[in-house]
Amino acid sequence: MSTATATTSASAESLERLRARANTLRRHVIDMLAIAESGHPGGSLSAAEVVTALYFGGFLRHDPRRPDWPDRDRFILSKGHGVPIQYAALAEAGYFPVAELRTLRQVDSRLQGHPVAGTAPGIEASTGSLGQGLSIGLGMAMAAALDGADRRIFVLLGDGECQEGQVWEAALSGGHQRPDNLVAIIDYNKFQLDGAVEDILGLSPLAEKWRAMTWAVREIDGHDMSEVVDGLTWAVDHDGPACLVAHTVKGHGVSFMAGDNHWHGVAPSAEERARAVDELKSNGYGFRGTGEEVWP
Amino acid sequence: MSLAPLYPGLEMGRATRDAYGEALRALGEEHEDIVVLDADLAKSTRSWKFGEKFPDRFLNVGIQEANMVGMAGGLASSGKVPFISSFACFVILKGFDQLRMAVAYPGANVKISGSHGGVSVGEDGVSQQSVEDVALACALPGMVVCVPSDERLTLAAVRAAYRHQGPVYIRTGRAPAPLVYEREPEDFGFGRALRIREGDAVTVIANGMLVGAALVAHERLAAEGVAIRVLDMHTVKPVDIEEIQSAARETGAIVTAEEHLYSGALGAAVAQAVSRTHPVPMEYVSLGDTYAESGIAQDLLVKYGLTADAIVEAVRRVLARREAAAAAL
Repeated sequence: MSTATATTSASAESLERLRARANTLRRHVIDMLAIAESGHPGGSLSAAEVVTALYFGGFLRHDPRRPDWPDRDRFILSKGHGVPIQYAALAEAGYFPVAELRTLRQVDSRLQGHPVAGTAPGIEASTGSLGQGLSIGLGMAMAAALDGADRRIFVLLGDGECQEGQVWEAALSGGHQRPDNLVAIIDYNKFQLDGAVEDILGLSPLAEKWRAMTWAVREIDGHDMSEVVDGLTWAVDHDGPACLVAHTVKGHGVSFMAGDNHWHGVAPSAEERARAVDELKSNGYGFRGTGEEVWP
Repeated sequence: MSLAPLYPGLEMGRATRDAYGEALRALGEEHEDIVVLDADLAKSTRSWKFGEKFPDRFLNVGIQEANMVGMAGGLASSGKVPFISSFACFVILKGFDQLRMAVAYPGANVKISGSHGGVSVGEDGVSQQSVEDVALACALPGMVVCVPSDERLTLAAVRAAYRHQGPVYIRTGRAPAPLVYEREPEDFGFGRALRIREGDAVTVIANGMLVGAALVAHERLAAEGVAIRVLDMHTVKPVDIEEIQSAARETGAIVTAEEHLYSGALGAAVAQAVSRTHPVPMEYVSLGDTYAESGIAQDLLVKYGLTADAIVEAVRRVLARREAAAAAL
């Protein structure tokens, strides 16, 4: 296994900043959903460290001023219901004003309830019908190979999503085609809408299933920023398709949401929002450093 | 077994799927951005003709229609022009949600070829006979849906599909089809019907294999002094509303003919246009609301009423209805 090398770009932030960033993004998620009065907090919060590391840890080579730059790396959020955490990252990265996050899920907004390619800048694929993102990523990886370009393709899947047959079509295909620029990440938070994954349609041992498809697999703690950064570094350095199984907790970062599947698809009330934001502020929110309060 | 007995007076050509493969290969010479995917039916869809010439830009994804459609979405969003092929019932039905999310919704520049349309697939039976695909493809916003009638029109349609920016579905057939055109039509364009016979009594609006049948019906009815107009409505979506309006206004009755279920395809598209602008009596030649069965193609087309005879009968029915309506006034 290779160790961390210079494959990450110069814009990588320190672990300390990344940890604070993750909670900044979480805070946006809470505010967005509370204002929209709908959305999926649990699966947005569980992906916060992974999404933060991708956008701010130097793994995704992108340019918010040129979202159509042909040689940008691609990030596909296949578990589309977690899009609030991606919108938060895109806004913080500068794709659109942070204030626009307030328009989530409203008529005429660019921030649709699930990701829509070509609507909000920085969204690469239309998802929300589970199971489809890895196939789209395979097509992008094939295009990069045909162009002789070293574009990286990252696809974030949900664990419940891995119950979809198309995921395994794509996993089998990736194992056969062996693109060396494709990374699948599983947000393994152990819950799906109706309950525990292991009760409904068990995936365990999930890493073994991906290994059986001949992907290289690493399991990480998806909330330990150091492990997330090391895992992504390993994945992008690896020749051939790589899969990171990120063990996470649904709702992580907000104590009353963590591990409680009630918060799969329920927005916080005004009072719950205030409690959650207080907690996140005490855990690193404020990194932005401008002192600007963007939320009403 | 040749279908020639069903099309007296017409020369038999090759299957439209053969023309698809050839057109693709020729286009590949001109355009390096074309990438072709197939789901283990390349020998049957004829996409192997491209793959043989351009192996680096051809991928047999295996028996995975959903994954193939998703991959095409990713290729298109990275600037490629993917042409994906399978049997019509597999790529459209098994790939439908993927066509919705990865192709139609983002308006991806993906070209879909469904071969083995209709019951003329023959002996393999219902599982391989696609009879719902045109309706489903038409349901997708922004999708161009084309059902070419012969090999020459197919060449033009495949070239037009490359030129068109956005998703296109081309449905081809397994069986050799009667030749409708002496040469490739120069004035081909999606959404522009080709008026291939003039007439003022009734207009027959057909596509696919039924265009040849309409030409035979035209000769037969002409011998009785009934001059029917024949439109090759190769594009079901966007349908040629102007030609339909003219047909309704000038001939006063319409028969549609297609190798597809009654619902949601050519008959429905024409009826919508007619009802909005110039209501006239209509009759429909189609498979109706049923599945067919195994059998040789000729027997199936006859049994399920997809022949020149069926068109002649439909023309007589619609003329009788129009006369009855006139008499009641």
